[in-house]
Amino acid sequence: MSTVELSPTDLRNREKSRGSLVLGFGLLVAVTFTLLSLFVLLARIFTQAIPAFRERGTDFITDTIGSEPGISGIWPGLFGSFGIGVGVLLLAVPLGLAAAIYLEEYAKPTRFNRFVIVNIRNLAGVPAVIYGVLGLIIFVGWLRPITNGGSVIAAALTLSVLVLPVIIITGMEAIRSVPTGIREAGYGVGATRWEVTRDHVVPYAMPGILTGTVLALSRALGEAAPLIMIGAITGLLPETSLTGKFTAIPMLIYNWSGRPDSAGGAIGWSNSAAAAGLVLLVLVIAFNLTGVLLRQKFEKKRVGT
Amino acid sequence: MRAVLGGAAMVTVVISALILFVLFRGAIDFFRSIGWDFGILVDDSAAPGWFPRRERFDLLTIVLGSIVMGLLAMIVAVPLGLGTAVYLSEYAPPRVRRIVKPAVEVLAGIPSVIVGYFALKFIAPNIVDPIFSPDQPRNMLVAGMAIGVLVVPIMASICEDALRAVPMSLREASFGVGARKSTTTVRVVLPAAVSGIVAAFIIATSRAIGETMVAAMAGGRDGSGPRVLSPLEPGLTMTAAMTNAAGGTDQVKAGAPFQVLFFVGLLLFVLTMSLNMIADRVVRKYRQKY
Repeated sequence: MSTVELSPTDLRNREKSRGSLVLGFGLLVAVTFTLLSLFVLLARIFTQAIPAFRERGTDFITDTIGSEPGISGIWPGLFGSFGIGVGVLLLAVPLGLAAAIYLEEYAKPTRFNRFVIVNIRNLAGVPAVIYGVLGLIIFVGWLRPITNGGSVIAAALTLSVLVLPVIIITGMEAIRSVPTGIREAGYGVGATRWEVTRDHVVPYAMPGILTGTVLALSRALGEAAPLIMIGAITGLLPETSLTGKFTAIPMLIYNWSGRPDSAGGAIGWSNSAAAAGLVLLVLVIAFNLTGVLLRQKFEKKRVGT
Repeated sequence: MRAVLGGAAMVTVVISALILFVLFRGAIDFFRSIGWDFGILVDDSAAPGWFPRRERFDLLTIVLGSIVMGLLAMIVAVPLGLGTAVYLSEYAPPRVRRIVKPAVEVLAGIPSVIVGYFALKFIAPNIVDPIFSPDQPRNMLVAGMAIGVLVVPIMASICEDALRAVPMSLREASFGVGARKSTTTVRVVLPAAVSGIVAAFIIATSRAIGETMVAAMAGGRDGSGPRVLSPLEPGLTMTAAMTNAAGGTDQVKAGAPFQVLFFVGLLLFVLTMSLNMIADRVVRKYRQKY
C-alpha cells in the first residue's frame, strides 16, 4: 500500500484548484454586489438630498407641502409619522409585550395555545397591503366615530396591528432566554408568578424586548402601502390634527418620486423625495442607536445584579 | 393579571379572524356586483387586460405580473443572498464579518418606499435603460430588480442561519478525509442546510409577491394595463392593483372596481400564507437532527 505525502505547499496549492477559485470568486462577487447595492442606494439618496437641504435649509423640515419643490416641506409628513410612532409605542408595544409574557410565562402547552403561536407567526408573514385592507374596513369604516375616517389615529391603529406580531415574536424570544434560575429564586422567596415576571423576568429580558420595539418602530415608520389603503393623502392640504386628513413621510417619498422634474427651479421633486428619504433614514437610524444605548444600559444593569 | 395578559394574546386571534372576515365579505360583495359571473375573471378577448374602471378583470394579467416580477426578484436575490450567506458562514474572516453582517442588516431595514425611489432614480436610468433600452423607463425588469434588492437580506439571513446550524464536526470530518474547503462547502455544508435554504427561497418569494410599494412605483402601470409577459414591458402586480383600487380620494369607494381589491387581497393572502406554510413544512420535515 503506497501513501501519498502531502507537503504544506501541496495543501495550499490544492485550494487553488479551478473549482475552489470559481466558488471563492463567485462568493466575493455576490457579497460585493450586495454591499454595492446598499452603498449605491445610500449614496444616491444622500447626493440627491443635499441640493434640497442646501436650497431649503431647515424650511424643508418646518414648511408645509407646496405645489413646487422649491417651496415644499415635510412638516405634515413628520407630524403623521410622529403620530404613528407614538401610537405604536403606546399601543402595540404594551399589547405585544403582554401577549409575549402570557405565551411564555402563563400559557400551558395546550393545542389552542400552540395554535395561537402558529397564528402569530403566520400574521408576521401577511403582506403589509393586507393590513391596509383591514385598517380601511375596521379603523376607517367601523371605528369612524373614534378615528374620523382616514386619520393619523386610524394609521397608528393599522400599523400597530401590523407590527404586533414582530413585537410578540421578539418579546417571546427575549423572555425565553431568561435563565430558569432567575424565576426559581423568585418563587423560592415566596413571590407570585406576576411578581416574578414583573420584577425579574421582564427586566432581565429588557434588552431583547427593546430590540423588538426598535425593529417594530422602524418598520411602522417606513411602511407606505397600508397608508395608501386607508386613504392617506398624497397631494396638498394634509392637516396636522389627529382626526384630519393626514400624510406621512413614506407617502411623501412615494408621491414625490413619481412626479416629473420640471426644468426651472433650483431643485426638482426627486431632490425633495430623496431629502424626505434621508429624513426617514436618519429617524430610523436614530431609533436604532437609541435602542442600542438603552440595551447596553439594561445589559450593564443585568451584570450588576 | 393572567386574564389581562391572556386577553392580549387573544387579540392576535381576533386580528386573524377579522382579516379573513374582511377579505371574504369584500370578495363576496365583489362577486355580487359582477353577478357571480366568473367568466369575467378570464378575459379571452384579443387584447386581454386588467381595466377595473371598464369592469374588465382579467386575473391572469395581475397574477402574471406578480409572477414575472417575483421571478425577476428571485433571479437577483438567490445568487446575492445565498452567496452572501455562504461567504459569511464559511469564508469570511471575523473582521470582514463584523462589517458585512451589519451592512446586510442595514439593507434589511431600508423602507421599501426608499427602494422604490432607488428603482426609479437609479436602476431605471443607470442600469436598465443603457443595457436594454426599453420603451418605457418604468417596467417589470426595473421593479423586479429592485424587489430583488429588497429581499436579498431575507434570503441572506435565513440561509446563513441554516448554514451556521450545520455542526462543525461535519466540516471537520470532510477536511479530515482531505476535502478542499470548496468541496466541503458544496458537497457537505450546502446539502446539510438544504431545508433551510429551500425555506429561505420560499419565504423570500412570498415577500417578493407581497411587496407593494416598489411594484406600484416602478412597475409602470397605474391600476390598469394589458396582459404582458415581457419583463421590459410595464406591468401590474396584484399588490399594485390593490393600492390603485383603494387610492384616489375623490373616487366613490363602491362598486366592482373598488370591491375587487378584497378579492385580489384574498388571493394574495391565500398565496403568501400557503408559501409560508410550505416553508414551515419544509423546515420541519427535512431538518436533520444532529
